[in-house]
Amino acid sequence: MNTLTPPEYLPEPPSSSPTTRHFRAEKFDFWSFFFSGLTGLATLFIIGILVTILLNIIVNGWSAISWHFVSTIPKKDFFDANTTGVLPMIVGTSFRVIVMTIFVIPVGVITAIYLTEYAANTSNVTRIIRAAVNNLAGVPSIVFGLFGLGFFINFVGKHMDALLHNPTAVWGQPALIWASLTLAVMTLPVVIVATEESLKAIPPGLREASLALGATKLETILKIVLPQALPGIMTGGILAVSRAAGEVAPILFTGVAYYMASLPQHLSDQFMDLGYHVFVLSTQSPNIEQTRPILYATVLVLLILTFALNIVAILIRARVRKKLRALG
Amino acid sequence: MAETLIPKPATSAASGAAAKTATPLIDIDKVSLYYGASKALKSISLKLEEKVVTAFIGPSGCGKSTLLRCLNRMNDLIDNVRIEGSMRIGGHNIYDPNVDVIELRKRVGMVFQKSNPFPKSIYENVAYGLRLHGVKSKADLDARIEESLTASALWDEVKDRLHSSALGLSGGQQQRLCIARAIAIKPEILLMDEPASALDPIATSRVEDLILDLKKEFTIVIVTHNMQQAARISDQTAFFYIGELVEYGATQKIFTNPAQKRTEDYVSGRFG
Amino acid sequence: MTPSEQNDSRRTSGWMGIQRGHQARPGEWLAEKFIFLVSLSAILMVLLIFLFVAREALPVFLGQTDTALVKKPIPPDDLDKLSPAKLEAYLEITPEQFAKMTKANLHDLMEMKVEEQDDVPEKFRNDPDAHINTTEWKYLVQPHQWKGYDKPEYIWQPVGEIKKFNIIPLVVGTLKVTLIGLLFAVPLAVGAAIYVSQLARPRFREFLKPAIELLSGIPSVVVGFFALLVMATVLQSLFHYQTRLNAFVAGLALGFAVIPVIFSIAEDALTSVPRTYTQAALALGASRWQTAWQIVLPAALPGVFAAAVLGFGRAIGETMIVLMVCSASVMSWSVFDSARSITTTIAAEMAEAVSGGPHYRILFMLGALLFAATFISNMIGDLVIHRFKNKLEGKK
Ligand SMILES: Nc1ncnc2c1ncn2[C@@H]1O[C@H](COP(=O)(O)OP(=O)(O)O)[C@@H](O)[C@H]1O
Ligand SMILES: [Mg+2]
Repeated sequence: MNTLTPPEYLPEPPSSSPTTRHFRAEKFDFWSFFFSGLTGLATLFIIGILVTILLNIIVNGWSAISWHFVSTIPKKDFFDANTTGVLPMIVGTSFRVIVMTIFVIPVGVITAIYLTEYAANTSNVTRIIRAAVNNLAGVPSIVFGLFGLGFFINFVGKHMDALLHNPTAVWGQPALIWASLTLAVMTLPVVIVATEESLKAIPPGLREASLALGATKLETILKIVLPQALPGIMTGGILAVSRAAGEVAPILFTGVAYYMASLPQHLSDQFMDLGYHVFVLSTQSPNIEQTRPILYATVLVLLILTFALNIVAILIRARVRKKLRALG
Repeated sequence: MAETLIPKPATSAASGAAAKTATPLIDIDKVSLYYGASKALKSISLKLEEKVVTAFIGPSGCGKSTLLRCLNRMNDLIDNVRIEGSMRIGGHNIYDPNVDVIELRKRVGMVFQKSNPFPKSIYENVAYGLRLHGVKSKADLDARIEESLTASALWDEVKDRLHSSALGLSGGQQQRLCIARAIAIKPEILLMDEPASALDPIATSRVEDLILDLKKEFTIVIVTHNMQQAARISDQTAFFYIGELVEYGATQKIFTNPAQKRTEDYVSGRFG
Repeated sequence: MTPSEQNDSRRTSGWMGIQRGHQARPGEWLAEKFIFLVSLSAILMVLLIFLFVAREALPVFLGQTDTALVKKPIPPDDLDKLSPAKLEAYLEITPEQFAKMTKANLHDLMEMKVEEQDDVPEKFRNDPDAHINTTEWKYLVQPHQWKGYDKPEYIWQPVGEIKKFNIIPLVVGTLKVTLIGLLFAVPLAVGAAIYVSQLARPRFREFLKPAIELLSGIPSVVVGFFALLVMATVLQSLFHYQTRLNAFVAGLALGFAVIPVIFSIAEDALTSVPRTYTQAALALGASRWQTAWQIVLPAALPGVFAAAVLGFGRAIGETMIVLMVCSASVMSWSVFDSARSITTTIAAEMAEAVSGGPHYRILFMLGALLFAATFISNMIGDLVIHRFKNKLEGKK
């Protein structure tokens, strides 16, 4: 006798728990269908947005992009589709990102090393550092811009000018170095978090093995830990670069120029920037229909710069995470 | 004499030699260890002789690894560890603030339970420790690497692929590589924490043969779960139970005629 | 000496060699201190950001800015009665400049101030608005009936003769755009997080998660561009509203930018619910969605809430999207009106603000406000997540 199903002559019990309800309607569960469908649709919608944006830009931008376009320094009127180019913007964006990397990678990696290799996890200093890193990651990018203006230009730069007895402002004005430093501060958490993640993925047994052989902590870090963490550090660097390459708000007051006739030469020069140029083209064009092709082309160049890096970073990170999971 | 903390170069050789004969190599005196608030070792006293294989046995969690890791101060790496009592090696308190831990670890080697070769080539795995010790020339490195790989009975298996990754070796080979790596730098004492626990019987017996071989040159302390293994390879045996040293003596005596009931129960497999 | 001989010689020297202490490795010690010092840079940066944004905004908080066009000048002969700080504020000079000046210089400056007041055009003398210091807190947050208006109003109008700095329209604009963005992003992102973490097949998940995270790789200026050129047109033809660029478009575009943030945190929270929970439910015969809805989601609710809070923090700080899509500073709660957020205002007006002037100071004050708001929302979000994770670990 089947004790699970009640005799048929009994009245149907009120479907109290969802478990029993499910048991009965094995063939078609409306709610299951509805719920999975709804959340699945949400997922699909997000992917759809992503694909739409990318396709729209690639399709429209591809036809407008040309070698001439990426290799030309434009005249003052860069809205003219036939003569314009984005070389100074590519150079400016790359330049500021490279300078940023030089500052942010060492500081970020060393901080991550301190947090994972030296600090006791429970110490107050560690806790404060972690809180600060978290906090830094949440500061709005425009506030970084204000900080760059208030600290680097109005404080550091002005004082440098005073110390060097510069007759006119050299450092106390927007400049590539200040934009890069501002971005370095902004992307510091990215590098720290990615490096920490990869340091944690290294089995503790390796460190013990090295120390037990009589290596010092520093030798262990330099010869065993860091080589292993390299992919993670690279991911951090790439993520920072791709984040910084597309950011406009932090450089608005710290170094970007609306137009410059020549490429930036010195750290104290201002520079043109791809992201800012997208902003200028889309909001200040005298005739948006005529600007549209070069606008799309500029966006495509920017996307290639930031997105390609991002995909590389995501691939490396996926591999590191898999390794981490295999160990856990 | 052993209290002398400042090295006196003129007399150090003599006093060292004197210490060697007068006192046991390792002298553990009333050592207690706390992980935070929990007491993992309870006033352990133990003297280990030179060039003798000592086995630590006991049910899991009784503090064998903890005591072993005290001997080369690997416990320093764990937060919140507190140690009481004194632990002397060659007459010197190794927990003295003046002791150079790095130097200590160079002379007290360790092989871990889970084999942990570096993700480098076989050659580089052994060369790593040697380079730390200032062996630089290629010829010296080659010679020492061959010597230690031969000693760990791995040379014939790997001599043709010294420069391929150590991670491609089998589990038993990896563990023997770790032993080779540890003995390459010629430590005086070799600590082994269940070196064969993750190995199959054939690999285990090779490692055991190796240990019997190494005994001629090194003082070995080995933690093991396996009674037969302890009986086969060790000269002295210490039996631990929940942080206490229950009995310590010649292996043969411990296994045939233990003084304590608990020891008898354990070695005869009644619990553990 | 061969290496092994070296070894043997060491051996005969007994165990003295181990007694060398830390002094033997100064490099190691230095490196450790250096690494520690560098690791403090994150703390230093947060402090510097706070200090230097607040520093530029300080005069507003201290009431040292004055925009009144008609002021009662201080008689130059009262020079000695004023404290240096007051003098600096009155003469609008920096402390460094002040330090370089002689008494005669200061006197001259004060006379110039008196003359300045004589030059004030006649029309202002009788204008009550011209006597107002518009940077007082009263005028920054309360409505005021300006000349030519028939009721008290909140007005942000930093250029013109009478500069009006009421920040309420900006706060309202920020909240309006942010809330639209969150209303759009939270359901989508949480729904996707549930789907990806609970319902999707593993093979699918491997692809969906990075794909959604890719969205965060699109620079916000590109999202802004897309909203401006494509979305605005499409949405207008769908909903038939008046203003093409409005808070609604900006909010949706903002939603795109915060979806990956919310998704990542929510997905993380949902996957960190221990498998034992779900397996017990599944073993009892619950379907996947029932397990997700009745077991996993309630358990992960704090994490999902934190995701929304952190998404909020990200949204109020977003600049370029709103800057590109709408920027008129009208005071309106209507979704289809334009709106100007705090970030937008700072970005658009800093270039034209005179360094050190009242407008400049107030923009920095807005930045400090924004910093505080995101600081608080991040704190709340992190705290909730921290508690949530601790609780899960405690239960395990
Ligand atoms: N890192 C640690 N932190 C806290 N407690 C520990 C740690 N390592 C070991 N213990 C505890 O100390 C006791 C002894 O452990 P261990 O020496 O590893 O035992 P054995 O090697 O004999 O199995 C156990 O109760 C264990 O839980
Ligand atoms: Mg153990």
